[in-house]
Amino acid sequence: MKKTIICISCPLGCNLAVEYNNKAIIRVLGNACNRGAKYAGKEIFSPERVVTSTVKIMGARVPLLSVKTDCSVSKEKMFDIMKQIFKIQIEAPINRGSIICKNICGSGANLVATRTLDKTTQIR
Amino acid sequence: MIKNVDAIVIGGGPAGMAAALSLKNNGIEKVLIAEREDFLGGILLQCIHNGFGLHRFKEELTGPEYAERYIDFLKSTDVEVLLKTCAIDIVSTGKKKKVYLMSESSGLIEVNAKVVILAMGCRERNRGNIAIPGSRPAGVMTAGLAQKLVNRYGYMPGKEIVILGSGDIGLIMARRMTWEGAKVKAVIELQSYPGGLNRNIVQCLNDYNIPLYLSHTITNIYGNERIRAVDVAPINEFREPLKENTFNITCDALLLSVGLIPENELSSNAGVCLDKVTGGPLVDSNLMTSISGIFACGNVLHVHDLVDWASEEAEDCGKSAGEYFKTAIVQAKGIPVKAGHLVRYALPSTLEPGKPGLISLRTIAPAENAAIIVKAGDSVLYKKTHKKIFPSEMQRIKIDTVPENADAIHVYFE
Ligand SMILES: Cc1cc2nc3c(=O)[nH]c(=O)nc-3n(C[C@H](O)[C@H](O)[C@H](O)COP(=O)(O)OP(=O)(O)OC[C@H]3O[C@@H](n4cnc5c(N)ncnc54)[C@H](O)[C@@H]3O)c2cc1C
Ligand code: SF4
Repeated sequence: MKKTIICISCPLGCNLAVEYNNKAIIRVLGNACNRGAKYAGKEIFSPERVVTSTVKIMGARVPLLSVKTDCSVSKEKMFDIMKQIFKIQIEAPINRGSIICKNICGSGANLVATRTLDKTTQIR
Repeated sequence: MIKNVDAIVIGGGPAGMAAALSLKNNGIEKVLIAEREDFLGGILLQCIHNGFGLHRFKEELTGPEYAERYIDFLKSTDVEVLLKTCAIDIVSTGKKKKVYLMSESSGLIEVNAKVVILAMGCRERNRGNIAIPGSRPAGVMTAGLAQKLVNRYGYMPGKEIVILGSGDIGLIMARRMTWEGAKVKAVIELQSYPGGLNRNIVQCLNDYNIPLYLSHTITNIYGNERIRAVDVAPINEFREPLKENTFNITCDALLLSVGLIPENELSSNAGVCLDKVTGGPLVDSNLMTSISGIFACGNVLHVHDLVDWASEEAEDCGKSAGEYFKTAIVQAKGIPVKAGHLVRYALPSTLEPGKPGLISLRTIAPAENAAIIVKAGDSVLYKKTHKKIFPSEMQRIKIDTVPENADAIHVYFE
């Protein structure tokens, strides 16, 4: 089978011509670097994305803490993960990289903070 | 209050921070950053998605992570940072510069400096800039404002969204609003090609089956207090909407992602000459504006789609500003850079003979199998063929040595 996909691994966005069968990738053309071939394999058989969002935070000078999954997760799991994210509420202080939720929704990825927020008594 | 410094950087976004660090690394002692918000990082703090830093840090960071790396670098220096402090005026008399700041805690501050670096970023075009007919209800806002509301304050602009313009901010917001539970009904683009990066079309629209209408526009907005619908029509080659094919989409919010404009009121009031195409200051190869001692970098100079390039440009800017401080180089006598076929703009406006040069440029329209050519007289300084090239992707071209006696340097596509 043949399919043309766009590599999203970097802003270049190469057009990849992918040839594959039921089990494996046969050939990838058009990728400017190796990551393209790797991406094509994933995208054809089990597409994955990184989820970035925010969770509520108490005791910081802002109401929201930005978070991400520390690796890409199955596309099918994205909305379950978002539902879980809505429920989370944490307390300052938080350091960038701290784990907010381990193995979120069994996706294999941890939800981590992407920002450092100190504790403050001054709420805006 | 009066402050005396060697250099002042206006704006504490990625460009301002990188410029200040570079000034320090080039031996400038007293460096001050004035930032009007109560945090450093600029627009990056609301760009919580990933896709930043692939070139600089060889990893994919989110906006806040990229910003914090620079904030951490700054903390290890003695650069003075004034937050909640807005620059309101720049006065240049010969080598002396005065910058007036308005600060929430200290009131008016008069800063004496030898070097000023402009790093104020840009702002979004709004409805007034593009003139859509119809009523003026609530629920119509720029995509960047929506991004700020959702990502920094947790307010949702609506539940059924239409986005006008396919710039990256609009695309990123289409995904963000979908994740937050809204229904994004359509993205409408006047051009026949998307305004944003390909990867954002894939991961922000195609992933969620959000339709993208190319060569379409919004011809009417309905709603009294709150927006309730828009009319969408295809356009012909003269950009006239085709009435008979108009269709209606109900919605409770319309986000505009129709481009950015460098924020240059401050610069033009100071007497800095602006480029009509980029909206930013005209600069020489040292990124010095038409006023000696005033430099510019980042989005205030021209819109960058990649923060990595904004940081890199700011570093170069800090370096040449440092040189200026130490040696008082006057405006480099430069060879004019001319934008030719398919080139929307090429920056800087002059290059210095005998030195290496770096040209940033964008195309006017998408092109296939096009070669970027840089020529001085008959000699080709650079040539590279691209399979595909888009206006959304800025190109950065390095020239080894700018020839000594050329009349002009021509940049064009073939
Ligand atoms: C929505 C969006 C998505 C993006 N996505 C990506 C991406 O995925 N990957 C990527 O690499 N890049 C991305 N970018 C581009 C990147 O964010 C910009 O190139 C970069 O932020 C430009 O930096 P800057 O410092 O020039 O401007 P800004 O970040 O805008 O900073 C300017 C600063 O100056 C301050 N300021 C302005 N006027 C004054 C004044 N008079 N006095 C004091 N302070 C002032 C402002 O408050 C602000 O903090 C995105 C940009 C946007 C808007
Ligand atoms: S193939 Fe490599 S260069 Fe091309 S988009 Fe993917 S990561 Fe970027």
